[in-house]
Amino acid sequence: MANVLVFIDNPGDALKKSTLELLTLGRSLGETAVAVNGDLHQDVSATLAEYGVTAVFRPSAQDLDDYLVSAKAAYLAAAAGAAGAGTVLLDNSPEGKEIAARLGIRLNAGVITDVVAVDADGTAHKSVLAGSYTTSARATTAVSVLTVKANNVTPEPASVASAPETSTVEVPADGTATAARITAREQKAASGRPDLSDARIVVAGGRGVDGDFGPVEQLADALGAAVGASRAATDAGWISHDAQVGQTGKTVSPQLYISAGISGAIQQKAGMQTAKVIVAVNKDAESPIFEIADFGIIGDLFDVLPQATEEIKKRKG
Amino acid sequence: MKIIVLVKHVPDAQFDRHLTGEGYTTDRNESILSELDEYALEAALQLAEARGGAKAGNQVIALSMGASGAVNAVKKSLQMGATEGVHLTDSALAGSDAAATSLALAAAIRHLGTGAPVDLVLTGMASTDGETSLVPAQLAERLGLPQVTFASSLTVDGGRLTARRDADTYSETVEASLPAVVSVTDQINEPRYPNFKGIIAAKRKSITTLSLADIGVDPAHVGHTGSWTTVTAAEERPPRTAGTIITDEGDAGIKLVDFLAAQKLL
Repeated sequence: MANVLVFIDNPGDALKKSTLELLTLGRSLGETAVAVNGDLHQDVSATLAEYGVTAVFRPSAQDLDDYLVSAKAAYLAAAAGAAGAGTVLLDNSPEGKEIAARLGIRLNAGVITDVVAVDADGTAHKSVLAGSYTTSARATTAVSVLTVKANNVTPEPASVASAPETSTVEVPADGTATAARITAREQKAASGRPDLSDARIVVAGGRGVDGDFGPVEQLADALGAAVGASRAATDAGWISHDAQVGQTGKTVSPQLYISAGISGAIQQKAGMQTAKVIVAVNKDAESPIFEIADFGIIGDLFDVLPQATEEIKKRKG
Repeated sequence: MKIIVLVKHVPDAQFDRHLTGEGYTTDRNESILSELDEYALEAALQLAEARGGAKAGNQVIALSMGASGAVNAVKKSLQMGATEGVHLTDSALAGSDAAATSLALAAAIRHLGTGAPVDLVLTGMASTDGETSLVPAQLAERLGLPQVTFASSLTVDGGRLTARRDADTYSETVEASLPAVVSVTDQINEPRYPNFKGIIAAKRKSITTLSLADIGVDPAHVGHTGSWTTVTAAEERPPRTAGTIITDEGDAGIKLVDFLAAQKLL
């Protein structure tokens, strides 16, 4: 019987890399079943087989997306029961964490968020207090619920493909009875850039861009990076608040973080100190950002960034 | 309206923060009212003021759970304009994870709802220490209430609320009936500073202290023993040290690309 359940919310035409990571991690912990919400495309089913999934659950109701989180949590709790799951894995998005939160109460299960690795005995590893500590934690309950950060597992198909059976799970009525209803949803214009939270490279601008994010965006595009910003820059209205990195924004842990025109106040540092490599460009040699940068340039970002962008384009030919 | 705002006393992120003791709990010296909770309090004050304020019977109750120092978060809330303060404190609560915290807070909220029922529970989007953002959703699940999280705007009309939520790729409008649990982001408003009048007025406001016995919670269900997760090890990350610093002499952009190439990051 499967003992790991992975939640896949609206997979679309192809599974995201972060989902493949969850499936790979799941397989290292036991037999893996998935609970899917939304349409199940044929290509997605084929990928699930490649990744050795032993069972696929689908909800009896099609309207889970109309409610805020609780309907999905109720469905997932029922699926965890059907799968006999000892571990439930979800992605670490705000919605993933909230589903995990409600699921934990429904299953009397400990919830651990922001997980970067899981040992075979279920011990989860994470980073806390804005990256200043790494901790090991485990659930003391029969079932554990883990939300796993992207980019920490290399996706690998199973050595032997599986032939999972699909079954339907009845969604409990109490998941929708008192739920908040989503009455409108507008898609934002897609930037074509990677998501900030999962990006391998982030280029961030601060007060020093003085209203012009052009050089930051152009360097980001040359590198295939996401664009981030300090709170000073988002509060000034120079860029959307979605781009904010830091204590009250997003915590990112990319391979490379390029900070341009950001002094590096502690809240900003808190948002990015788990980045593997930090590059800083700032006119002010006294900026605290230089205390933690692997490569620091004392200079004007309006000279340095465009020159770097041109050079990258040239080398990539 | 009767609004409960959850406020947390957290270590000030301006200073180094530490995990201490057997359970690796956060050292709460140098603690302040969590910055993100100020937005929840401001949202509550605006809802109350729009309905005639305290004179018209609107209550904004600041509730904090924690050791003796947590009363400071309640005091600051009273200075900002909360009408009442409640401090849930009991030695058995130490080391509670999100599940145990939500259990105790749910019991405290039920207790405060005897007599006049609670219309709304407001919280920040996350605490700035634990950073899990699990508690609002777990509280809603335990109380059987709708949750509306990460609200960047909030209006209440009669028994219904409407909120806006912004995700990376979409924005949503959400509706729920009251009572409900709502967490708000730092985009919802600009929290006020306590003024002199507020600070003086706060001295006359009462702070009720509640223990687990008062709210009918078995101490075995909270704290380290009642938590569903346990921290087994914690290691302080070595501080980052500065690397190479250069001054731009007209070719720093090229040197930057050389560095990226050497690090295999291109």
